[in-house]
Amino acid sequence: MSQIKIENLQKSFGDFTAVKNSNLTINDKEFFVLLGPSGCGKTTTLRMIAGLELPTSGQIYLGDEEVGMLRASERDIAFVFQLFALYPHMNVRNNLSFPLKMQGYKKSDIKSRVEEAAKLLRIDHILNSNISSLSGGDRQRVALGRALVRRPKAFLMDEPLGTLDAEFRELMCLELKKLHLDIGATTVYVTHDQLEAMSLADRIAVMDGGEILQADEPNIIYNKPKTKFVASFIGSPGMNFFEVNEGISKDQSFINIEGAKFDIPKQLEESKGSKNFFGIRPENLTLNNNEGLKGSVFGVEYLGSRKIITVKTSLGEIKVKTDISVNVKLNENVQVKPLNNNIIIFDGETDKSLNSEFIK
Amino acid sequence: MDTSRSYLEPSSFSKKMAAAIIIVYAVVTLIPISWMVMTSFKNVDSAISYPPEVLFEPSLEGYVNLFTNRSRQSQEYLDSLPPPENWYEELVRSREMVITGPSKFLGRYSNSMIIGFGSTFASVFLGALAAYAFSRFRVPLKDDLLFFILSTRMFPPIAVAVPIFIMYRKLGLGDTHLGMIILYTVVNLSLAVWLLKGFMDEIPKEYEEAAMIDGYSRLQAFFKVVLPQAMTGIAATAIFCMIFSWNEYAFAVLLTQFNAQTAPPFIPTIIGEGGLDWPAIGAGTTLFLLPVMIFTIILRKHLLRGITFGAVRK
Repeated sequence: MSQIKIENLQKSFGDFTAVKNSNLTINDKEFFVLLGPSGCGKTTTLRMIAGLELPTSGQIYLGDEEVGMLRASERDIAFVFQLFALYPHMNVRNNLSFPLKMQGYKKSDIKSRVEEAAKLLRIDHILNSNISSLSGGDRQRVALGRALVRRPKAFLMDEPLGTLDAEFRELMCLELKKLHLDIGATTVYVTHDQLEAMSLADRIAVMDGGEILQADEPNIIYNKPKTKFVASFIGSPGMNFFEVNEGISKDQSFINIEGAKFDIPKQLEESKGSKNFFGIRPENLTLNNNEGLKGSVFGVEYLGSRKIITVKTSLGEIKVKTDISVNVKLNENVQVKPLNNNIIIFDGETDKSLNSEFIK
Repeated sequence: MDTSRSYLEPSSFSKKMAAAIIIVYAVVTLIPISWMVMTSFKNVDSAISYPPEVLFEPSLEGYVNLFTNRSRQSQEYLDSLPPPENWYEELVRSREMVITGPSKFLGRYSNSMIIGFGSTFASVFLGALAAYAFSRFRVPLKDDLLFFILSTRMFPPIAVAVPIFIMYRKLGLGDTHLGMIILYTVVNLSLAVWLLKGFMDEIPKEYEEAAMIDGYSRLQAFFKVVLPQAMTGIAATAIFCMIFSWNEYAFAVLLTQFNAQTAPPFIPTIIGEGGLDWPAIGAGTTLFLLPVMIFTIILRKHLLRGITFGAVRK
């Protein structure tokens, strides 16, 4: 088990830069998730750590060793592919033995290691089955098993649950988490699914456009996003933003938008320009009839225990997450106001959040 | 309306029609082949009798004539010989002939085997390596190179017969096994590269990547993971290459005479007394048919078995 560290990592394919100047430290035994929309460079980053792509520039450290230019076979890591990549011409046992055979283990050692991994993953009853006869969940377990038998320095997983049915995905999510707790291996996990990321990760790195925007624990990523993209990408629905056509000064603690006055957390930083964004999560807003921003109900979505109400205002559409008991009709006139002071101001020029009493 | 079966499933009537068409087609195709096999078991007289004999007394004369050289002798000479030692000698003597030695057929046949299988192996092996490279790596001018490879098949190979004849004579490759293997490999290689590239493209690259992460080099991953996956394509390609080099006639006539002559130019030269020895020619072509037939039947299960099905979710 090892720490993984990447320094100034960059990868270009011709004119296209897939990963820009990335720095990241993944701690020993950590479950680390790379999260972002497709094409953000998360898979490329993972493949560079694995040795399936060579970096254009920068370093990758696995433990104390710089491995950036080593072949995949020389890095002692395991990779779980989205499409599993189980060898279809071998049965389950041979798939699991395959990595060990190369390393010259004795037959008896291979057998005991394979059986140990199979037991851990509860696939010991299908060891002699053909891959093609297995269900998606079992294939995923075999793929994990093939990674597990090697006892590598780190596990790298590229959307391993992406192709599973929703039902299986939840189950495997739990199993993965449990497995990680059991074996405590450094794991880097790539996904575009924020729920998966939130539920699995010790820490999450949110990527967009080849850049790592923020790497933090899930609750910090959610509550204290460092950029506007992170705030909008995380959360379902994402954060609401309103344009603020004035500069934000240090120590400012309220803001006027469209004639309505909003309290904001005391700002510790001033904005660069005069166009900024006011960000608030849907659950921090509430509806009423006498205060706040005026608008009309545009849509109501039921989520079981909660409702998401979209209100059309002069500032655009605002999503409000309310209690199920709130009853509004379409086109009804309502007013929207913040429930609390969990408000973040984003600098219009840099898209970064400004430091305040709430987000430091 | 009958709703017990799906729209996609053919009706029993169309299934029967299809079966009937296939049977008729098979019969039509098999008539010349069965006639050839029948001829090989006729004797010289019944082979050319008119009207043709469908029912006849089988004889191995054709096969005996195919494998032996014989000379006609007078009855007195034959009477002076000790009695025949085996059945084929007896058969030949009943025609007032004696066996003077084995014919060249076996040598020509094994030449065909060596050259056919040798060039098939070389074409498939080299083709698989090239196809893998074209499929996986960023090869500069990839499309142009692939087109260039294909373009070597855009003229009939015999169009370059004269230059090849001169080159082979200068290089000392004329009438050698190696020369013929190289020639047939060159002709087959473009087909092999194109066919196999299609199959390699279908194999997800994750398989080799998984193997490489598991400690295998790219070449090891190619042999351990990619080739087994590509068996279907390799079998199909091997059959095409084998059929071409096994049947090839024009270059064999031009470039081989003694040492490396293959069966196709030899069989028509089997001449009996006072005309062609049809049973012997029938026997030669029947034996000539067998290897490709057996080869195809052996590889058939690879052609049919979709071994990559179900292993990767797409």
